[in-house]
Amino acid sequence: MMQLILLTDVLVRATPLLLTGLAVAIAFKAGVLNIGADGQFLVGATVAAAIGILPGTHSAIVMLPLVLLGGMIGGGVWAMIAAFLRMRFQVLEVISTIMLNFIAMYVISYLVRGPLQEPTHIYPQTPTIATAAQLPRIIPGTRLHAGFMIALVLAIGLWWAFRTTAAGFRLRATGANPDAARTTGLVDVARVTMRALVLSGAIAGLAGAVEVSGVTYALYENISPGYGYTAIAVALLAALQPLGVIATGILFGALEAGASALQRDANVPATLAAVIEASIVLLVIAVGQLSRGWRRQTS
Amino acid sequence: MTSAMLTPFLEGTVRTATPLLFAALGETLVERSGVINIGLEGSIIAGALGGLITAQSAGVWPGFAGAIVAGCVIAMIFATFAVLLRGDQIITGTAVTLLALGATGTIYRLWYGDAGAALTTPTMKAFLIPGLARLPIIGTALFGQPAVTYIAYVLIPALWWWTYHTHAGLALRATGENPEAAEAAGFSPRRIQCLAVLFGGALGGLCGGTLVLAQAGTFAEGMSAGRGFIAIAIVVLGRWNPLGAAIAAVIFGAASALQFLFQAMGWHIPYQVFLALPYVLTLLALATAHSKRQAPYALGRRELHFS
Repeated sequence: MMQLILLTDVLVRATPLLLTGLAVAIAFKAGVLNIGADGQFLVGATVAAAIGILPGTHSAIVMLPLVLLGGMIGGGVWAMIAAFLRMRFQVLEVISTIMLNFIAMYVISYLVRGPLQEPTHIYPQTPTIATAAQLPRIIPGTRLHAGFMIALVLAIGLWWAFRTTAAGFRLRATGANPDAARTTGLVDVARVTMRALVLSGAIAGLAGAVEVSGVTYALYENISPGYGYTAIAVALLAALQPLGVIATGILFGALEAGASALQRDANVPATLAAVIEASIVLLVIAVGQLSRGWRRQTS
Repeated sequence: MTSAMLTPFLEGTVRTATPLLFAALGETLVERSGVINIGLEGSIIAGALGGLITAQSAGVWPGFAGAIVAGCVIAMIFATFAVLLRGDQIITGTAVTLLALGATGTIYRLWYGDAGAALTTPTMKAFLIPGLARLPIIGTALFGQPAVTYIAYVLIPALWWWTYHTHAGLALRATGENPEAAEAAGFSPRRIQCLAVLFGGALGGLCGGTLVLAQAGTFAEGMSAGRGFIAIAIVVLGRWNPLGAAIAAVIFGAASALQFLFQAMGWHIPYQVFLALPYVLTLLALATAHSKRQAPYALGRRELHFS
């Protein structure tokens, strides 16, 4: 039983990393550097919480799709700002998405102390969302919720879409070589890029909604310990492959759950996890570059 | 509007602009060499912690040296992966920022205990420049600042002159425009880019040191708060020119200091609006300064054909 709880805790922690990892993988694959998954996650969580605390009783069949869809729209709209700024004004999406992360943080800071604050006005958080808006637990006695299954299904779906659909091909072609994709005349590169960014934001927003609806049941300021940034390491280590993200997402979930446990039991700062994640990204870059150089020399 | 209302506003403007200016001046030179260093944020947070630790044992001025060294160390990691190994500059920069944020948090907690108990360090006192500080309205705002601010004043024209009127400045600009031609002319583009990144890291560290040793008097995890990215926006807005960066930094400082003005006028606006303002302004600034015309031609390019 103890092992089961440990394992499910890892999967609970892995769920937002899996979803944001998929979000980053799609964007990077299309050649858009979405560093804003964290902000899109936050806006998704905000919309989900706002829907979840609506007065009146509704059934879960109505509430859950609303909450999850709301989160996706929230994240998608947030990413759309960056997409618009890039398309209309050539603003680097790297900078704009990071700025939008900070803005999302302050929007939440205001909302949980203002319009969305719980009725006693003591804690800077929303009231608990309605039971009907909460994702069901899939293993009784553990915290593992249906959001993990959503993440798995999405990963498989994206893997399939990348491989077999025309949209998936256009996305890969755009990311691999935008000039070549444009030259063929078959791919509207700007449009594919922007759509990938908005879709990426929608998935990150879904991650936020799943976190509110499956784990926290309320919105508060530090709901994301930087999931959107860890997601970059998750996606890169998976070589931007959706199925790979399942493995790396769970790996990083274990890493972060382990780091939290180490902090509790052995006083090792949990921030160490970020150091390890960043080192992995640098390692991936180094290995990629060195093997490229090696191939060039031998060919 | 009285001077009693204006002075805190102007003071706040200069105070906020100073660290941003250091970071933006450094990044201006980095980008002129054809490299975009998103890891600047990492140099800033490293400089903040390096400054604190050094100042704790050696005092305020050595603290600034510690901040500069810490900023350089982070920049060195970036240079290794992005310039020497030619990894993707944006991804490398993001990883370096994550690394520095995590490492500073870890070191701080190990060094000063678990929760990172509120820890203060002596800060640099304001130094009034005789005569100038007595000027009406702008006097104390511009010339009653900590001494490090005056270093920023000197750096602006110095770096401008260096960039446009020295042989080394020409080599830097040539590298950013056309590294192949620069190499044909006998320069080593990679060496120039590495040196530029290190210099940018030093000024990023100085930015962090200023935050801790001249302003906050304490360290907090993540206290760089996106200043590295704001500085990059300032570089764009300043058209890759040190003088332009100075003007842009002052505009950002003024926007952040608006809260003092609004407070003085008795307007009640949620404080989060002011906290979010610099980030909103960055987006607006980048949108209005969108012409790519004046960016260094080889900025961010990876497939370079020099050795």
